[in-house]
Amino acid sequence: MLNREKIIEVKDLVKKFGDFTANDNLTFDVFKGEIFGFLGANGAGKTTAIRILCGLSAPTSGKALIAGFDVGKYPNKVKSNIGYMSQKFSLYNDMTVKENFRFYGGIYGLNRKEIITKTRYFLEKLNMEKTRDVVLSEIPLGWKQKLAFSVANIHDPKVVFLDEPTGGVDPITRRQFWEMIYETADEGTTVFVTTHYMDEAEYCDRVSIMSEGKIEALDTPSKLKSNYGVKTMNDVFIKIAR
Amino acid sequence: MSVNIQIENISKKYADIIALNNISLSIKSGELFGCIGPDGAGKTSLFRILTSLILPTSGTACIGEYDVVKDYKKIRQNTGYMPGRFSLYLDLTVEENLDFYASIFNTSVKENYALIKDIYVQIEPFKKRRAGDLSGGMKQKLALSCALIHSPQLIILDEPTTGVDAVSRMEFWELLKKMQKMGMTIIVSTPYMDEAALCDRVALMQNGNLLAINTPEKIVSSYKGNLFSVSADNMHKLLGDLENLKNTSQVFRFGETIHITSTISDDDAYKKSVKKHLDETRYKNIVINRVNPVIEDCFLALMDKDVE
Repeated sequence: MLNREKIIEVKDLVKKFGDFTANDNLTFDVFKGEIFGFLGANGAGKTTAIRILCGLSAPTSGKALIAGFDVGKYPNKVKSNIGYMSQKFSLYNDMTVKENFRFYGGIYGLNRKEIITKTRYFLEKLNMEKTRDVVLSEIPLGWKQKLAFSVANIHDPKVVFLDEPTGGVDPITRRQFWEMIYETADEGTTVFVTTHYMDEAEYCDRVSIMSEGKIEALDTPSKLKSNYGVKTMNDVFIKIAR
Repeated sequence: MSVNIQIENISKKYADIIALNNISLSIKSGELFGCIGPDGAGKTSLFRILTSLILPTSGTACIGEYDVVKDYKKIRQNTGYMPGRFSLYLDLTVEENLDFYASIFNTSVKENYALIKDIYVQIEPFKKRRAGDLSGGMKQKLALSCALIHSPQLIILDEPTTGVDAVSRMEFWELLKKMQKMGMTIIVSTPYMDEAALCDRVALMQNGNLLAINTPEKIVSSYKGNLFSVSADNMHKLLGDLENLKNTSQVFRFGETIHITSTISDDDAYKKSVKKHLDETRYKNIVINRVNPVIEDCFLALMDKDVE
């Protein structure tokens, strides 16, 4: 099944802001090609943890390695090995589709030729060649989210972080988005995803649920459901987070 | 005041984009009414017309005896609005925001405290904190308190639970039910299909059009075809292998299973043919069950038809 190469290794990770412990001793691994659901209530500490894993914030103590690089010591190595998208921040609305690809490709250090090849590849795959020169603000949200996901993958990262990628999106587009996630994971990219849609938690290989800074549960959706004696991930979540 | 709402042939255009396409509907006083639909469906435009914040391109809308265009001052006195984007003052504290909104409507927090008490007690410990420093859940509670502080008879909530976790969503809906019991008319929009089941009636919207408007029960019972759930050992691949099945109109991933809709009446024959197909494609642990549709199934079916 899963190739057991570890892409994310987190050990005893702690992050404090003054007296407040946002991340309280997190320990977990995520493997190559795995779809890992990172769930928790608002304010449970997910965003803090993701910022650390992306090399944007240093842990107070403990360790986190991304593709073998320590986030505290080599944040720039970490950044070149990851892709990131969220509902709040994805692409630039006043640039065209092509310009967005060129901009992010440049940031991730691709050369001109690579950017052209990748742009063509993704637009063909999304069946969106015609939107190449359209300004992003004129494109529907669902399409934008698919583009943002492609842009996050432009440099073939080892892991892509998706922070509520499907918030507010229609149920058909949500499902198309998940087909893209499956495809990416099948190609060997690790997918680290947060969501408030509990049906999407069922689509993950493994799911962790955070509450008040701690990881309270971590397992496959089916094991979590049987461990907590409930029928849906929604019920598991409510049992843990309430 | 009765707040029966009459919306007649409302259209809204922005340049060449049609945000609302000739919408007519009525909402009864005291109803908890849901507008369900994705981003771009037209929910926000409709809400902004009802709250007199934008003008319709054509058509009319009345809340009780008041027209949303001519009587906009009356409309605003009697309507609470919680916009989708947090729009309170970030540099005022919790308390200051609430006082400010109360004073705009010539009332005081004290006068209407009973109305917001249940919500406000949860954020009261942070009343000296600036709104900009609140967590998402707390912002949502403050925004609701501010929308209620002038004791409106109608409250309009634009995606109050987007980006909110499953537990807080549940608590929020308990609050809405309570407000309804107090006699308020509530119009709420959401992209979460499971919340639709909690409304008295819902309008399913897509691209400026009304796809359906009914009670959640009636929407579910009008589902066309017989719905089955399918699971097997390889869920990643299963979807693709179900897509070209005979006598099947809909194939969608649905949590831990895949939902498929049969177009024939003989359930046993259909199950057998699906099982046979999956056996031949070498799936193991195949489970096929007849299930009842939920709102999301109906919405997926309606959307699919709309696209065609």
